[in-house]
Amino acid sequence: MATEISDDIRDVIIIGSGPAGYTAAVYTARANLAPLVIAGSVTAGGELMNTTDVENFPGFREGILGPDLMDNMQAQAERFGAEIQYEDVASVDLSDDVKSVVLADGTVYKSRAVIISTGSAYRELGLPNEKRLSGHGVSWCATCDGFFFREQEIAVIGGGDSAMEEALFLTKFASKVTVVHRRDELRASKIMADRALAHPKIEFVWNTAVADVVGTDKVSALQLINLVDGKATELPVTGVFVAIGNDPRTDLVKDQLQLTAEGTIAVQGRTSKTNLPGVFAAGDVIDPTYRQAVTAAGSGCVAALDVEHYLSNLPVSAEKGAVVAN
Amino acid sequence: MSQTKDVTDSSFQADVLESSKPVMVDFWAEWCGPCRMLSPILDQIAAEHAEKIDVVKVNVDENPGIAAKYGITSIPAVYVFENGDHVATSIGAKPKQALEQEFAAYL
Repeated sequence: MATEISDDIRDVIIIGSGPAGYTAAVYTARANLAPLVIAGSVTAGGELMNTTDVENFPGFREGILGPDLMDNMQAQAERFGAEIQYEDVASVDLSDDVKSVVLADGTVYKSRAVIISTGSAYRELGLPNEKRLSGHGVSWCATCDGFFFREQEIAVIGGGDSAMEEALFLTKFASKVTVVHRRDELRASKIMADRALAHPKIEFVWNTAVADVVGTDKVSALQLINLVDGKATELPVTGVFVAIGNDPRTDLVKDQLQLTAEGTIAVQGRTSKTNLPGVFAAGDVIDPTYRQAVTAAGSGCVAALDVEHYLSNLPVSAEKGAVVAN
Repeated sequence: MSQTKDVTDSSFQADVLESSKPVMVDFWAEWCGPCRMLSPILDQIAAEHAEKIDVVKVNVDENPGIAAKYGITSIPAVYVFENGDHVATSIGAKPKQALEQEFAAYL
């Protein structure tokens, strides 16, 4: 039956549930577009779910916990009628006027517009022993695993805000935290850098890369190499927290959408428009530069408004489905 | 909330090591965001594979003994025990399909 298919065509599906996805959900829900958010089965809420205090999201004078902020955004989106599914997307077909989104359990959703807000994934060092010792001293989540390193000496790899946040958080547990950074200065914001530099438990090893993670059953040391003089040293640690940045999560769409040289989804100017009509992208997945919770949220808002505009300008024939369904 | 049984340092021997069935143990803590994500997925696995395997959870904050014994340094960590032996491991919050694949031999 033709109407059965038409019935199933939604206005907009949002893939991802970080600040970009949920902000897009709030806006499209308030525009009566009844968005469907595919939030992810274990990644719902996005990267902020693994953080502690978020001190720079405007409107929270004393800061707010990352997971609390995401719970608020989710509830706010639901309040206006967003539907949230805690499933993973297995594949998408974005080329036609009506887009298909296939979930890991086989369910197929169709919509006229799609917002891709899949965020970014932790970058790995790419060392063979890093994988093997993952869960045995190598960690990507300080808030999860700091507890296990009480009174131990550990290392944080990286020089950005995430690395400083992890190093500072880990001082609650560890006896000493050594930050290993490739450059001779930090990329982190001044306030975070100053806090870390002034902390009595944090030491810095500059101009240095990790050559290997050492350990049989668990981490016992890092092999370091000085990038200026090439000298190799060993740093005895029982834990290593990797915070060397993120890569945009584009696996789902990389064969269908244009990407930039940086690997993010290419969008037109200041909009969220991708190279395919009806397909919009927002948040860290389009942003090689700023990648803040608040810029992602702003980007989600842009995508929602672009979707509204796109749907209202669709020719009547493409709208027929909804009319017939009613 | 979770429907899986809580196991403690003192009940681990009887509930896990001496179990006649394989047991999937979820090492978790209140403060761990990904653990909260994983919990409902393990509930589903528990319900769907109840004949083959028991699923239990160990709060590492309240039961540091067992966590230390098995050298847990990352959570969520899911360990499978069979006949008292630790036979399989999965670290981190993973989708249901991924866990079912990793633990296929015991489900």
